[in-house]
Amino acid sequence: MTPSTPPHRLQLNPRGRLQHFLTTEGLSTELLTEILDTADSFVSVGKQAVKKVPLLRGKTVVNLFFEASTRTRTTFELAAKRLSADVLNIDISTSATAKGESLMDMLWNLEAMDSDMFVVRHQASGAPHFIAEHVTPTVAVINAGDGRHAHPTQAMLDMYTIRRHKGAFPQLKVAIVGDVLHSRVARSQVHALRGLNVGEVRVIGPKTLIPHDFADLGATLHYDMAQGLKDVDVVIMLRLQRERMESALLPSESEFYRLYGLTQEKLAFAKPDAIVMHPGPINRGVEIESSVADSPRSVILQQVNYGIAVRMAVLSMAMSGQNEMQTVTGEQ
Amino acid sequence: MMDFSRPHFNQRILIRNGRVIDPMQVLDQVADVYIADGLIAGIGQEPLGFRADFEFDAKGMLVIPGAVDLCARVREPGESQKGSIHSETHAAAAAGITHLCCLPDTNPIIDTRAVAVLIQERAYQSGYAHVMPIGAMTRGLEGHQLAEMHALREAGCVGVSQLRRPLKSSQVLLRCLEYASTFDLIVFFQSEEQSLCPAGGVHAGPTATRLGLPGIPECAETIALARDLMLVEYTGVRAHFGQISCAASVELIATAQARGLPVTADVAVHQLYLTDTMVDGFNSHFHVRPPARTEADRQALIDGVKSGVISVLCSDHQPHEAAAKSQPFSDTASGLSAFSHFLPLSYELVHNGLLTESEWVQRIAMNPAHLINLDAGHLGQGSNANLCVFDPNARWRLEPDSILSAGKNTPFLGRELQGRVQLTLRDGTMSYRLG
Repeated sequence: MTPSTPPHRLQLNPRGRLQHFLTTEGLSTELLTEILDTADSFVSVGKQAVKKVPLLRGKTVVNLFFEASTRTRTTFELAAKRLSADVLNIDISTSATAKGESLMDMLWNLEAMDSDMFVVRHQASGAPHFIAEHVTPTVAVINAGDGRHAHPTQAMLDMYTIRRHKGAFPQLKVAIVGDVLHSRVARSQVHALRGLNVGEVRVIGPKTLIPHDFADLGATLHYDMAQGLKDVDVVIMLRLQRERMESALLPSESEFYRLYGLTQEKLAFAKPDAIVMHPGPINRGVEIESSVADSPRSVILQQVNYGIAVRMAVLSMAMSGQNEMQTVTGEQ
Repeated sequence: MMDFSRPHFNQRILIRNGRVIDPMQVLDQVADVYIADGLIAGIGQEPLGFRADFEFDAKGMLVIPGAVDLCARVREPGESQKGSIHSETHAAAAAGITHLCCLPDTNPIIDTRAVAVLIQERAYQSGYAHVMPIGAMTRGLEGHQLAEMHALREAGCVGVSQLRRPLKSSQVLLRCLEYASTFDLIVFFQSEEQSLCPAGGVHAGPTATRLGLPGIPECAETIALARDLMLVEYTGVRAHFGQISCAASVELIATAQARGLPVTADVAVHQLYLTDTMVDGFNSHFHVRPPARTEADRQALIDGVKSGVISVLCSDHQPHEAAAKSQPFSDTASGLSAFSHFLPLSYELVHNGLLTESEWVQRIAMNPAHLINLDAGHLGQGSNANLCVFDPNARWRLEPDSILSAGKNTPFLGRELQGRVQLTLRDGTMSYRLG
C-alpha cells in the first residue's frame, strides 16, 4: 500500500529543516523555538526607517488565496516584501480555476513562471499538502489556512505572543474557547502548544463544537467556562460563524454568549494576570465582550503586529531549507 | 462489432493437473478438466473421443468457478472518461471474474428496459464477462416514484437498488419493497443515512478530527441498516446488504439472520485491509465510501466473513480517470479500481489461515451466484464452462501496467499480492490468459 507522506513529514527536508510549512503537528520543540527566535530578530525590522532585509531578494512569492482573507493575505504580502521578494497576488475568484481550469493545470502554469514559493489558502483540508506533493520540489509551499485542518502561521504568531507576554511554556495553562470543531487555528495551536511542552491545554465549548477526539491531540475537554478557565494563564477565543446557528450546532448567539462568551465576569475565573487572545476578526457581543476585547489584558492587536515577523521567519526558513536541498542536489 | 469469442468458441480445452475446487459438488481434488462446446465436459474423466485443441498445465494451481461480483461499475453508458464495458470487462476477465453486476447509476440511469438491454449486449459483444445490471428501484434514482421493476427484471436485471441515493420518505421505501417482493425481486441495499454523510468525508474518529476532514460516523450506516431491516421484516422482501463497513452492522445482520429474516450481506475486499488511519497524508486513493473504519471494525468484518454472516465478497470496483483523484482530498471522487486485487487479496484470507479454499470459493463465486439465481459459481458437468485458474503461489507486485482497467486509482499500487489469475474461461471461451 502507498499511504502518502503525512504533512508533518513532507514539510521537512532530509536534514530535518523546513522546506514547506504545512502544519505545526510533529515539529520538534527545537524547530518551533527556532521559528519564534527567528521571528524575534524580525520584529525590529518594522521599526526601522527602511523596513527591508534582503533574504528573499530575487525570489517570487505567489499568494494563492482560494478563500477570502484580508488580514492573513496582507500580512503575508508585507512579510514577503520586507524580505525583498517579488510578490504576486492571485485572486482566485476571477482566475481560471473559476472558469473550470483544474487546480493542477493552474499550478503548472504558475510553476512555469519560475515561482519560488506558494502561499496557499484553500477551503479544502489538505489542499496545501496536495500542492506540495505535486509541484516541483524546488517550490516551497506555505499553508495560510486549509479547511479545518491547519493554520500554522496563525498558531505560531499566537505562540510568539504567548512567549512575549508569559515566558516559558511548561508552566502555562492555556484555554481555547468556542468553535473548535471548525477551527484550523485551534488544531494548529494545540499541536504547537504540545510541541512546546505547555503545562496544559484545554478546549471549552458545547459538545456540538468540541469533537471528543480532540483529547487524542493532547487537549483536555471542558464544557463549562468556570471549570475550564480556572487558573489559566492564557485565554484564546475563537471566532463564531453565523452559519453555526443555521446548521443546528447552536440554538442562538445569545445563548452561546451567555454560556461561553468571554465577559469580565467569566475572565475572573482565570489567573489575575491572564492574557486574552483572538485570531480575529472578532464578533463583539457574540464570543467576547467589548470591554474585554479592549482591556489591557487583551493582546489581540499585538497578535496582528507579530504576525508579520512570524511570517517573515517562516518564509525565510522554508526558502533556506529549499536552497539547502538545491545546493545538495547541485553538488551531486 | 467486436467479435472476440468466435475464434475460440468451439475449442476443446484441457486443463491438466490442477486442484479443482467446487464447493457445490464438495469437490477438492487434483484432476483434469475437459471443456468442449463451451461446456464442462468432464472432471477427472475424459469424455469419449475428446481431443484437446488447447491444453493448459495447471500443476500446483487452483481450478475454481469464475468469480461472480455483485458490485462493480463499468462506467457505461455515460462515463467514458472513467471506463467502458469493453475495458472493464477485460479487466474483470483478468481478475478471474466471469459474471459481474453493474449498478444503476449510469447515465442514463438503468431504469428502463433499453438501458438494461444495451449494457448486456455491449458486454456480450466484448466477450470478456457477463454483465448483469441491477436496476434502479425508483425512477431516475430520484427517490420519488417506483421504477418499472417488473420490466427491468424482464430485461435481465437481477435485482433493484436505490444505492446511496436519498428516498423521499420511509413510505416510498416501504412501497418499493412491497412492489419488489411482489415479483420476488431481490433488493440491494447500500444502507446509509445521507444527512450524516458529509461530502468528502472519512470515518469520524481521531484521524478525521486531526486532519480536519468531515467525519462519517458508523451510525450513518447502522441507523439506516436498522430501519431497512425493520422494513424487510415487515414486507418479507429478499434483501442483500452491500459493502457494510463496521462491527455494529455485522451484529445487526447476524441478529436479523438469527431471527430468520431473508437477508444476506457482502463486504468489499478492500474493507478487510484498509483502516481510517491510512487517510493520514490526505492520499485520495484512500477516499472510499463507506469510509474505511477502525482496526476493530476491520477485524469484525473479517470475523463476519469467516462465520458466514457476510456470505459474499465483492470488489466494489470504481474506476476513475486520474483527474478525479488529483484534487485536495475532499474534492476527489470516492472509490477505487478493485478488480486487480479482488482475487489475490481475498485469497490472502486463505493464505493467512482465516478461510479454507472451499470457503473462499463460496464467498467469491458460489454464494453470490446462488443469491441472484444464476447458474454459475460452480463446475457442474454439462454446465457452461465459467472458470478460472489461479496460481496461489505466484507473488507479484501491483503496478499500473498490470491493471487492465481504465482506472489506475488504487491504494494498493506497489503492494505485493499473493496469488495470480493465470487463465479465465467465459462459457468455455478463453477470456484471459496471463502473459
